[in-house]
Amino acid sequence: MLKTLAISAVAALSLSAGGAFAAEEGHVEDVDFSFEGPFGKFDQNQLQRGLQVYTEVCAACHGLRYVPIRTLGDEGGPHLPSDQVRAYADQNFEVFDEEIDDFRPAKPTDHFPGSSLAEAPDLSLMAKARAGFHGPQGTGINQLLKGMGGPEYIASLLTGYTGEEKEEAGTIFYENTAFPGGWIAMAPPLFEDQMVYADGHDNDMESVAEDVSAFLMWTAEPKMMARKQAGFVGVFFLTVLTVLLYLTNKKLWAPVKGKKLKL
Amino acid sequence: MAGIPHDHYEPKPGFEKWLHKRLNIVGLLYDTVMIPTPKNLNWMWIWGIVLTFCLALQIVTGIVLAMHYTPHVDHAFASIEHIMRNVNGGHMLRYLHMNGASLFFFAVYIHIFRGLYYGSYKAPREVTWIIGMLIYLLMMATGFMGYVLPWGQMSFWGATVITGLFGAIPLIGEPIQTWLLGGPAVDNYTLNRFFSLHYLLPFVIAGLVVVHIWAFHTTGNNNPTGVDVRRASKAEAKKDTLPFWPYFVIKDLFALGVVLVVFFAIVGFMPNYLGHPDNYIEANPLVTPSHIVPEWYFLPFYAILRAFTSDVWVVMFASWITGGIINAKFFGVLAMFGAIVVMALVPWLDTSRVRSGRFRPQFKWWFFLLVIDFFVLMWAGAMPAEPPYSTISLIGSAYWFAYFLVILPILGVIEKPTAPPETIEDDFDAHYGKQPAE
Repeated sequence: MLKTLAISAVAALSLSAGGAFAAEEGHVEDVDFSFEGPFGKFDQNQLQRGLQVYTEVCAACHGLRYVPIRTLGDEGGPHLPSDQVRAYADQNFEVFDEEIDDFRPAKPTDHFPGSSLAEAPDLSLMAKARAGFHGPQGTGINQLLKGMGGPEYIASLLTGYTGEEKEEAGTIFYENTAFPGGWIAMAPPLFEDQMVYADGHDNDMESVAEDVSAFLMWTAEPKMMARKQAGFVGVFFLTVLTVLLYLTNKKLWAPVKGKKLKL
Repeated sequence: MAGIPHDHYEPKPGFEKWLHKRLNIVGLLYDTVMIPTPKNLNWMWIWGIVLTFCLALQIVTGIVLAMHYTPHVDHAFASIEHIMRNVNGGHMLRYLHMNGASLFFFAVYIHIFRGLYYGSYKAPREVTWIIGMLIYLLMMATGFMGYVLPWGQMSFWGATVITGLFGAIPLIGEPIQTWLLGGPAVDNYTLNRFFSLHYLLPFVIAGLVVVHIWAFHTTGNNNPTGVDVRRASKAEAKKDTLPFWPYFVIKDLFALGVVLVVFFAIVGFMPNYLGHPDNYIEANPLVTPSHIVPEWYFLPFYAILRAFTSDVWVVMFASWITGGIINAKFFGVLAMFGAIVVMALVPWLDTSRVRSGRFRPQFKWWFFLLVIDFFVLMWAGAMPAEPPYSTISLIGSAYWFAYFLVILPILGVIEKPTAPPETIEDDFDAHYGKQPAE
């Protein structure tokens, strides 16, 4: 109900606001990710699939420089066994070691490498650095209802190519419905049936885009599960404390207010 | 301590007497905690304790965060990520600190508007009000500099815009801006001094908080009726008041508990809602964000800053009369600081002899409009500086000044207030019924 109300409010307001925003902001589709809301959790399998997409597709250009590879083994994340983390680091990335003054295969204690292409932004925090939802009218109500929409933005971007291309100053731009301005320099990275998942999960473009978006949400907010846990513990104990204080306060003031208390 | 007559600390023979003769610390604490407090205080009087808690929370989390943070342009952003990923509990500390700032401002705005409605600023509490305004200014400085420390895009560009304001002052503006920044533009030297000041100012605030409390302990608390506590004798004062401990401490702690449940839910479940996504992009002096917005708590004053463009007649007039020294940019800066100055001067602008808005039928409506105005300005501050938002900001700013400079002075003369109760006891009994004598 709230959602319908919000959507109709957005529709009404965006009509009255005119084209100013519409031209600049891209279209972002709401996705029901497993990690949304206070009770939402990362889907470990999805994160592992997303890691595979990142490694096989995105990593060609984009880095994850703030993410230590060892955290792939952390609980609340892809949670790979430690031998797999070691093998993953060893097989996929080379890092420059100042001590030996040469490149060597990565170890779990290393971070993921940075972007190999200067124009490709680092993806470590991308899911928190973009807002899929704004408004309506700068009030942020949509972000309250649907979340900030960073992962939704990434998923919409990956599937938002229309197939149109144009060349400007020697660079090819691709039309994308999610990208602000409508034209992006990144070539369409995903194709149908391009990924082969070990768990046999759906590999259509939408699923693959959602998988890698979920993975990037994890790289941006690796402690999300611990944070929500802390939130519940905090809210629970503070509620208990508050109830006790309420009763104390009631009893304390009862004689002053001339009330008879049944306790 | 002057003020309402009440029982003072009687040291017991032995150590207490020995200490009391040498240092009256227990007596001071006793008088502070046992201060007679009007017994009719409502739930708007709980924000002081929330604010005290916020200051403590920010200082404690901030000190630990500073242990892991690196104030250098090459490392600041990465050190925040280090805190978020590697420091034990670091992500919670940082989110508590980030959202703690929002809770701090949320509480201070309610606290300020409480004071405005119930006339807490009026004689004899002008000094309390002025100290409070100084605390608020320092909070804004601290909050602004704290937002620069993560060295994200909004940090950098926010710092550039806000320090640029000082550059708008004629003649001395640019030297001041350079002095604030430590150099020609926002850079490592800026980050270093902002970090240093961000660490220092909270302790200055803590000192002022002590003076703030001292001031209203001298005059006694205001209360929803604005009627003074009877202070002819201890017995009379006791009919109007209750000691702060335990009655108000427990009440305030209960309210703090309710506030903290909501606060913790925000920190735990949507810690980035009040932040800006651009601050998760490392600062880049070569890329300007399409839309620079300050934190939500600065938005009303940011709207006032941007409202006065060169096509507004007051700006044109000011520019003409000063021979162009006051241009639109400088006018905006003056308006922004002026908006806070008029608020600070409200004890002398409000001419009404009735303290509490409860007994001022017309004032109520103007005050209600001011609250709406505040929210409208906050919203307009977040929107791009183009029509219709610029017009809305201008109307909002005009009302803000009109409220303090025109409406309050006139209203005190023409309004006919209703009669407040004779005593606080009467007000209290009107709610809870007459108490049998104990």
